[in-house]
Amino acid sequence: MSSLRSKLIGAALLAAAALPASAQTEMTVQNIVDKASAAAYYQGKDGKAKVAMTISDVRGRERSREFVIVRSDIDDVDNGEQRFYVFFNRPADVNRTAFMVWKHVEGDDYRWIYLPALDLVKRIAVSDERTSFVGSHFFYEDVSGRAPNEDNHLLLEETDNYFIVESSPKDASGVEFAKYKNWIHKDTFIPVKTEYYDANGDAYRTYSAVRVETVAGHPTIVESRMEDHQIGGATTMVYSAVEYDIGLPEGIFSERYLRNPPRKYLR
Amino acid sequence: MWRWVFFLCVLIAAPAGAQELPLPSGLGETPQEEETEKAADEPGLPSGLETAEPGLPSGLATSAPAPRITQERRSDSDFLPITGFLEGRVGPRLQNDPDEGAFTIGEARLRLEAQWEPGDLVVRVVGDGVFDQVVKTREPDLETGEGAFDLREANIVWRPLPFADLKAGRQILTWGVGDLIFINDLFPKDFKSFFIGRDEEYLKAPSDAVRLSLFHEFANIDLVYTPRFDADRYIDGSRLSYFNPIAGSVVGESFILRPVTPDDWFSDDEFAGRAYRQLGAFEVAAYGYIGRFKGPGGVTPTGDFFFPKLAVYGASMRGPWRGGVVTAEFGRYISQDDSLGADPLIPNGDFRVLIGYEKEIAEELTAGVQYFAQVRSDHDAFLAALPAGAEPRDRVRYLFTLRLTKLALNQNLTISAFNFWSPNEHDGHLRLRASYKLNDDWLVEGGGNFFYGPRNDIFFSQLKDNTNLFFAARRSF
Repeated sequence: MSSLRSKLIGAALLAAAALPASAQTEMTVQNIVDKASAAAYYQGKDGKAKVAMTISDVRGRERSREFVIVRSDIDDVDNGEQRFYVFFNRPADVNRTAFMVWKHVEGDDYRWIYLPALDLVKRIAVSDERTSFVGSHFFYEDVSGRAPNEDNHLLLEETDNYFIVESSPKDASGVEFAKYKNWIHKDTFIPVKTEYYDANGDAYRTYSAVRVETVAGHPTIVESRMEDHQIGGATTMVYSAVEYDIGLPEGIFSERYLRNPPRKYLR
Repeated sequence: MWRWVFFLCVLIAAPAGAQELPLPSGLGETPQEEETEKAADEPGLPSGLETAEPGLPSGLATSAPAPRITQERRSDSDFLPITGFLEGRVGPRLQNDPDEGAFTIGEARLRLEAQWEPGDLVVRVVGDGVFDQVVKTREPDLETGEGAFDLREANIVWRPLPFADLKAGRQILTWGVGDLIFINDLFPKDFKSFFIGRDEEYLKAPSDAVRLSLFHEFANIDLVYTPRFDADRYIDGSRLSYFNPIAGSVVGESFILRPVTPDDWFSDDEFAGRAYRQLGAFEVAAYGYIGRFKGPGGVTPTGDFFFPKLAVYGASMRGPWRGGVVTAEFGRYISQDDSLGADPLIPNGDFRVLIGYEKEIAEELTAGVQYFAQVRSDHDAFLAALPAGAEPRDRVRYLFTLRLTKLALNQNLTISAFNFWSPNEHDGHLRLRASYKLNDDWLVEGGGNFFYGPRNDIFFSQLKDNTNLFFAARRSF
């Protein structure tokens, strides 16, 4: 019996060693989710992108936003602390408005906004990460990432292309979903689709990665879309001028650069 | 059924399959292409079905790397496109004011903003052309902002050293942590604009100043030198009626306040400084100011209003607390022309303090409260020096403010209320505003400024006859 077991184990190890990286059946679901979060939000030590956002409401009316987002990972740790700086160009009434986030793994993020017409640096209360980011269908949390340790994860299924993971919140009071299901691409760990379910088990909100490009060796989502079936309509974000490892000084994420934008990194 | 779905998928996929990777550089692909990437043994179901597996997005499908199509787009010119807005705004009074006309505001305004970025410099000019039907003077007055043109900004930003920023010229300056209450921010305010229903940005009047900012790990320092005193754009009787202590009553256009404004370059100057740093989650700052009271609060023995000398020091802090933001600030005001507080014609020094808390209390609904106290120094001397018959004031002026802001309709509708109320002097000011973004360019808004209180000589209640509504439409570009 014991020799049978050791033979089986040996065969399994052999099989695992022989398999390509894509069939990482040995991975725990937490590994998968951590890697997916890293692939979506932590590529490189830092990064920059121009974002063109199109918000379509339920009646098909469109609004647009254009901004530049720069991001730095503190100590280059995946799923660790991060800083974000967002500089708005359009629409005209928010031109030159700057927004800064110090994202924490534990505890609330710190957020500031700079209103140039008033020369006002304002600190923003962050009680809810799951509210609309600049009036779009994306939440703040969709833009900056939801910490993998905030949910319990279950690997539902593995297909040729995907790990299908179901996640439910550890603390249900702070979120509007009962669970969400994530299709994570096995080769790149890019989350390709995320579907959010309410307490009745109905899907009401769908994220999809529409287009991926490899930039400086990092598979990068360059077009994504969020649909909300409850309020209707959808928002598309198209990323351009994506760059990684641009050597952002940490000092960029400070009041100095809110008042006086780091133009070199925003072009 | 499944076979039928599979057939449909193949049908959709087939035409797109002809243009498989590599993709053309630029933005060519469409989301439908994700169907092409589906492996033959993984038929996709129509999206929306719970069991459906998403098709691979363009770029994840084949082993061949997708060509990099994102490229840096740089504008060739150092001149940024001109931006700005065109706005019409009208503000009727809600009651008859014997001292003023029926409107507090009736203007068309064209804002133009130009920015030039040669090398490491930034040169910025912002001006407003104004056609106004309430105050009909056309000659521009760049100090009071009245007339056909107002210059909001004309400055140059330079980084002389890696740890220093310099901004020189006409600029808007703001610091401190209060919400519409300013203790250590002694940069000029435009109370007229604030009370007649202009956009909140106009509460800050421009300074003609040099700001030197120095940055260091230990603390950052801002030094602002204003070579010629910049007064508030104070209430003077045009547009708004006010209490005039010499007249002893509320007056208006018939009694325009014309104070003696110090205007000697480099002698009638102002210094303001701030040292600030992050301390854990909190931001802390210390402030100092040497200059003058920003409003004409003093009266000379010959009956002229003037701006008495003032020095201020103070501190503030701001940080997260229980899901919201807590703020605290104090300032010690030293009335240098009346250091004993015994001169009835000059404001006494005082101590000002505020604490505040703001939090999102429901979805897209933010509430903020502040408590403010202004404690008069030398109160006994103040009382003893009061002219016969003058009504005394309390030693402390308390103010309680409440802000409620609700966003709705995908954040295109903003409804806000802000109330100042003094629990001991019973005057107050309620600001209501609703604005709606019709699209990316057009905004319409309406609101009101309501002034109340029993006495006609206290800050907000003197303005009772100015209670107004306002309506505006703005096209930004």
